[in-house]
Amino acid sequence: MRLSLTSKLSVISALLPALMVMLVVYIGATSWTAWMSLTNSRMLPNNNFVGFRQYQLLFTNDRWITSVHNIIIYGVLFVSLALLIGILLAVAIDQRVRAEDTIRSIYLYPYSMSFVVTGLVWQWLLNPTLGVQYVLRSWGFAGATFDWIVRPETAIYCLVIAGVWQASGLVMAIMLAGLRGVDDEIWKAARVDGLPKWRVYISIIIPMMGASFATATVLLSTAVVRLYDLSVSMTNGGPGIASEVPAKFVMDHLFERANIGLATAAATTMLVTVIAVVAPYLYWRARKGEVR
Amino acid sequence: MSAIALSSVRPRRVNPARWGLYAFILITALYFLLPLYVMIVTSLKPMAEIRQGHLLALPASPSLAAWVRAWTSACTGLTCEGIRTGFFNSLRILVPSVVISIVVGSLTGYALSLWRVRGANILFGAMMVVAFIPYQVFIYPLVRVFSFTGLGQSLATIVTIHTIFGLPTMTLLFRNYFSSLPIELFKAARIDGAGFYQIYARIMMPMATPMIVVAVILQTTGIWNDFILGLVFAGRDNLPMTVQLNNIVNSTQGERAYNVDMAATLLTALLPLVIYFGSGRWFVRGIAAGAVKG
Amino acid sequence: MERSNVDITKLQIGFGGLKVLENLDLHVDASEFLVLLGPSGCGKSTLLNAIAGLIEVKGGQIRIGDRDVTWAEPKDRGIAMVFQSYALYPRMSVRKNLSFGLKVARTPQGEIDSRVGEAAKMLRLTELLDRRPSELSGGQRQRVAIGRALVRHAGVYLFDEPLSNLDAQLRAELRVEIKRLHARLGATMIYVTHDQIEALTLADRIAVMQGGVIQQLDTPKKIYREPANRFVASFVGSPAMNFLRGRIVRNGGPAFIAGDVRFDLNGYAFRSPLSDAPAVLGIRPEHIEIIGSDHPSAVTARVEMVEPMGADALIWCRLADGTAFSFRADADAKAGAGDVLGLRFPAEAFSLFDDQSGQRL
Repeated sequence: MRLSLTSKLSVISALLPALMVMLVVYIGATSWTAWMSLTNSRMLPNNNFVGFRQYQLLFTNDRWITSVHNIIIYGVLFVSLALLIGILLAVAIDQRVRAEDTIRSIYLYPYSMSFVVTGLVWQWLLNPTLGVQYVLRSWGFAGATFDWIVRPETAIYCLVIAGVWQASGLVMAIMLAGLRGVDDEIWKAARVDGLPKWRVYISIIIPMMGASFATATVLLSTAVVRLYDLSVSMTNGGPGIASEVPAKFVMDHLFERANIGLATAAATTMLVTVIAVVAPYLYWRARKGEVR
Repeated sequence: MSAIALSSVRPRRVNPARWGLYAFILITALYFLLPLYVMIVTSLKPMAEIRQGHLLALPASPSLAAWVRAWTSACTGLTCEGIRTGFFNSLRILVPSVVISIVVGSLTGYALSLWRVRGANILFGAMMVVAFIPYQVFIYPLVRVFSFTGLGQSLATIVTIHTIFGLPTMTLLFRNYFSSLPIELFKAARIDGAGFYQIYARIMMPMATPMIVVAVILQTTGIWNDFILGLVFAGRDNLPMTVQLNNIVNSTQGERAYNVDMAATLLTALLPLVIYFGSGRWFVRGIAAGAVKG
Repeated sequence: MERSNVDITKLQIGFGGLKVLENLDLHVDASEFLVLLGPSGCGKSTLLNAIAGLIEVKGGQIRIGDRDVTWAEPKDRGIAMVFQSYALYPRMSVRKNLSFGLKVARTPQGEIDSRVGEAAKMLRLTELLDRRPSELSGGQRQRVAIGRALVRHAGVYLFDEPLSNLDAQLRAELRVEIKRLHARLGATMIYVTHDQIEALTLADRIAVMQGGVIQQLDTPKKIYREPANRFVASFVGSPAMNFLRGRIVRNGGPAFIAGDVRFDLNGYAFRSPLSDAPAVLGIRPEHIEIIGSDHPSAVTARVEMVEPMGADALIWCRLADGTAFSFRADADAKAGAGDVLGLRFPAEAFSLFDDQSGQRL
């Protein structure tokens, strides 16, 4: 269909904001960040090229090493636990239970809340003097200890607990939609074949849910990279620097520690990591779209 | 086959597996509800009771005093005017951000889905990629750009920022929706002589009501729950509720008023919770629509 | 291979307050090919699912191979089933699809291999054994689904609209294949369809269903020639049977009067005692012939339209009183719109129905 000049102008005017955003914000800002990471900018940006020195500094920086270490622990545990719990919840709800809508709402409501809220609630629950530990002891488990949040080597696991609590419902919703999309006749065929229900899930249904898995995994992974609010509100990176995460490292060095070069080097490292993960996924989706 | 003894008795409907299932659901539901419950009961207790009593115990004499304090006089850093300033700031940020981001996103999605323009797929693909990139990559350059334009940290800045970062998801949502409509509708309108903006405003948007509802829910919860963008771009006078909440809880000097903290937390979570429980399946639909990228 | 008979007595099925089947009786002989035919919502699939044990019954009894299986699990009933959507396990190869049920039932590996090999050979699947369902065409998928049923060596094979998702040509091919399979195995088969051609070509007997009730259970020939009521008459046959409204008179030999046209009923085998009453006369398009308008017993009609159908033509006519009907004529028949034809309506090909009850007279 050929477009008249007026139509063309209209289309261009409608796409102008998106184009501007793409050029200025995404391409412009990303390149600028990448460039800054190659300079020795401190409080104010400058253009003194220093090559990859900021990256050398970054990967010898204790705080950054801890951050990376933490985000790997958090990422692996958060994604796998949220997937596991989410699937179990979805399969449970899929059994035609009573009050399905209510149960689903209960599982999903944490996802509607902000990370700040989630962080504060769990900070309170995990507080050893008044929280779960206190409750366990008052119930007679005198030796019960649950003080992970105040111990450097375990603080990051507290973020995992809170994160999983918030995100499992999301996985449940995505997986349930997938389960409900399974052809009813597959279930009938499996019954005629005499397969026990658990076997049907493991051998037939779950392997069919590749797309749901991919969607959930990508959503959870993006949340991992963006992890910032939860760390700030729950532990503020502490005790000490025990629960620092990369996004917080960048923010702190940009705005409090006035080290733009180091911060942008960290941000660029995050960017490269994300693209390395996301690009194959988007490519896979695009190819699948073509096949369909 | 013949070795199997067949029963001719109607089987009992409730079996142990079923009981196990309901036990699992009950326990998990309690786990998910526990934090909400603790927030509510703690916010209704006076501090003395919190110090001595039990995390899970119901309040001996429920009182809304902590709620009143959280709303009117809790200290957020230097000022002690409660979280209400944050609430109204968030509202002032929310309304224009939601409206503008949906208008821009739907227009972009419309142009990309129905009008065949060169480079449309590249633009769309690029937008999908950036939807995954962490904010930290863009934040500092954007701070510089806005201070250069003179907007600095202001309401206009934070609204623009929410529009920018909402654009990929909103575009995706509306592009997919418009692509799913029968193309004949669009062709008929063009044969009738309607122009680009006429088709958008008269035909497409009225048909997109379900997507608009989804978009409003998605953007409202997303923007309300935002922390980092508000912190960086809104400016001291417009700090949103989430930032104020974090200030109240994490910068208090002396003994912490847990009941006030919990009341403030609940107040901050209130709007998303109301939207969530009020909108039911629409919320799920929004997640699904936002989740299926590409 | 076992060949089981199926006995259903006083079967009741309902969902909530809705009664789908009530007191339904049906007997299927061993080695018989029975087709359940009817429009959607008539209860045919419900009945099949009940035989398979996939839905719970409210009352009555189902016996397969002389064992009461009313409350037995599907796997213990000695049945196998083929579904409309194929219901293949998407992440498993064809071989795995065929063998998975046997494996779970702990059948010895040698036995599994020989059964899979045999079924694959019978259905020409041997080349496809290592493919995934997504790599197969619709027809191949349905053959795999049939194969998955065959390896069960069941006493009864159940087919739930197995060909509905296929295009016309494939449907015709697989129809022949199923018929051949039945001839070769001699297995009991119960087959649900809404396609009357499938029913007529495949069945030993057809049960025509509507509203949860079996309207007629008979051989295809009888169903076609002597429909038990107006529903069966109109549902089976394409192009559809013509229906003329009028009344039966005994005066001057039995006859059917429609408007001012008189159809002689000498030669019609009445089932019920003859009486003067309003009735409906049914006649299939292929039974009306052109005989020339000067013939004494000719009924004259005016041609309205000619629909060429390849091998023959369907000619649409109106009687003097305006009643419309169609008949099949030679593709070369010289008739055009506006022509007046003399036609013969043979009484032995009539089906007469009571005007009120719709039952055959």
